[in-house]
Amino acid sequence: MSQEKRFGTSEADLTASVGAATDVAPLSRANKPAHELTADEDVDVADWERVAAMDEFKELVAAKRKFIIPATVFFIVYYFALPLLVGYAPALMARKVFGVVNVAYLFALSQFFMAWILAALYVRAAGGFDALATRILSKLKGGR
Amino acid sequence: MSASVVMFLVFIAITLVITWWAARKNTGSQAYFAAGRSLTAWQNGIAVAGDYMSAASFLGIAGIIAFQGYDGFMYSVGWLVAYLTVLLVVAEPLRNSGKYTMADVLAYRLRARPVRAMGALSTLTVSTFYMIAQMVGAGALVSLLLKDTGISFRMAVIGIGILMIVYVVFGGMLATTWVQIIKAILLMSGTILLSFLVLKHFNFSLGAFFDAIAHVTYHDAQGNLVTQDFLTPGLRYKPPYGALDLISLGMALLFGTAGLPHILVRFYTVPDAQTARKSVVWAMAIIGTFYILTTFLGFGAATIVGRDFIAKNGGNNMSAPLLAQALAGDLFFAFISAIAFATILAVVAGLTISASTSFAHDFWTNVLKHGKEVAQDEEVRVARVTAFVVGAVSIAIAIALGPNANVAFLVALAFAVAASANLPVIVLSLFWRRFNTRGAVCGLATGLLASLILILLSPSIMKANAIFPLENPGIVSIPLGFLGAVLGTLSGREPSAEAKFTELNVRANTGLGAEKASSH
Repeated sequence: MSQEKRFGTSEADLTASVGAATDVAPLSRANKPAHELTADEDVDVADWERVAAMDEFKELVAAKRKFIIPATVFFIVYYFALPLLVGYAPALMARKVFGVVNVAYLFALSQFFMAWILAALYVRAAGGFDALATRILSKLKGGR
Repeated sequence: MSASVVMFLVFIAITLVITWWAARKNTGSQAYFAAGRSLTAWQNGIAVAGDYMSAASFLGIAGIIAFQGYDGFMYSVGWLVAYLTVLLVVAEPLRNSGKYTMADVLAYRLRARPVRAMGALSTLTVSTFYMIAQMVGAGALVSLLLKDTGISFRMAVIGIGILMIVYVVFGGMLATTWVQIIKAILLMSGTILLSFLVLKHFNFSLGAFFDAIAHVTYHDAQGNLVTQDFLTPGLRYKPPYGALDLISLGMALLFGTAGLPHILVRFYTVPDAQTARKSVVWAMAIIGTFYILTTFLGFGAATIVGRDFIAKNGGNNMSAPLLAQALAGDLFFAFISAIAFATILAVVAGLTISASTSFAHDFWTNVLKHGKEVAQDEEVRVARVTAFVVGAVSIAIAIALGPNANVAFLVALAFAVAASANLPVIVLSLFWRRFNTRGAVCGLATGLLASLILILLSPSIMKANAIFPLENPGIVSIPLGFLGAVLGTLSGREPSAEAKFTELNVRANTGLGAEKASSH
């Protein structure tokens, strides 16, 4: 299908053609009164392929992947280590560290801090993702 | 009238005022289904926590720790870690590419009708099972806590059901959200206060507290007085299947939370993906604090109240209220009991609105009416009727099951379906270009059926003769859900779905064209 046919003229409604009318927000100017338009809706998105081909977009997807995939693998491994060790290495888990407090309790407690720290690291990284996304949006606007 | 009834009436009065206020503000479907997408990060974050921390967490986990020590605490860890999946994988793309429901994301590039029909079925299954578990638990709890006031199980269930219907039918997402916010604040204050009193009981010495935990005395099943170190693992999850069951539960939590419809719809109530992200962080701060404090609730009940006393006075679900009574008397007991009601009410309201949204938006508008809204606001009208029906049916089923029904497996089932049916198709739809309609329908169907069948064969239903040895089917049903989705996809090609992947990918990553907040 040609881009011309899929998206029509630049004034056309760019809403997804497959999904129902209520699925997604319309992207054209025509569909909404002017006062309801927000800055990035006012961007005339010529075609998605063009955005996808932008260097900034590729950079954004790569940066996200570089953070999210290792982070996800890490927390899954860290979390399942707890039931595995409790189930299959009870002697290690029962070892006392501070007074009566054992490895098992400290390891379980550490999971909470692991989750919080990982969330904080993600929020920091996501600041960079946001900046890239903003650059893409402003470039689209500037390009017209 | 007892103090807990008075406190509960105050809570009801406040929430009804909020519902009245929200009803006046609700104009149009975006306001009704998504609170106008105008919630702030902290509002939505607290509401997510309020939606998530059910009575099972507050009373159930405190009870498991009071009776089985460390294993209960280990159980509570997964409820927070699960939010990393929500934060890293699901929340932002979902907000950027959907409108009101989980199925919006699937229907984006797949054929809308089959995918939405299956998505609505899965959503209704998860919500209904979860809700029946909450209602039965609520009724049993209310009749126990208020046994002196003459409120029966049936009256309690009907009362909670009617309130939940009122919030959702009249107040929509905005009223539901505020009910959840108030409940979460009450729950956190009660928990923090209770933890403080436990520490005070031990003269603010963590050392003394943990020493007491290491020497808990109680009578075992044979009537012998035993002293047990409650920090030792293995009191609940015993060989040969204990560790596997816990891993299976962990999988259901880690992958199921990000597929729970009533949590997912919350991310449509904020203006953009950045706010969705911040609201997950708010929720994680609250949920994490709460589950760490279960150390004080559960172990506090084990050491200060004692297993024997709790067992004689209503069983392990009463651990937290009895601890409150032991530490600060009847008024505090009443306060904690009122918090438990508020907790149940907020969770069932959240479940009702996500079920009715999915029915109205996915099934009615997009499957039956082929995506054409016939009359203005028809979707909202259908959702209101659905909320009423869902509420009435849950009341009827909860009363039919009665207060002594074992419903804990229903919660396990809800998480298993969310993890095995919903999450695989959400993830594959967002990240796999080749993914297609057949894959989504196969994945949803396989995950749903595998969870249902394995629960039916598990010890929860078949007791000692169980064919499947684990209480949680996740370890088998989640891989099956993924397998169904992958095999279904590979059995055919759908060029239109592949062509639209680029569009979805751009939308999900940049927020271009995402639904905006309405200007109220």
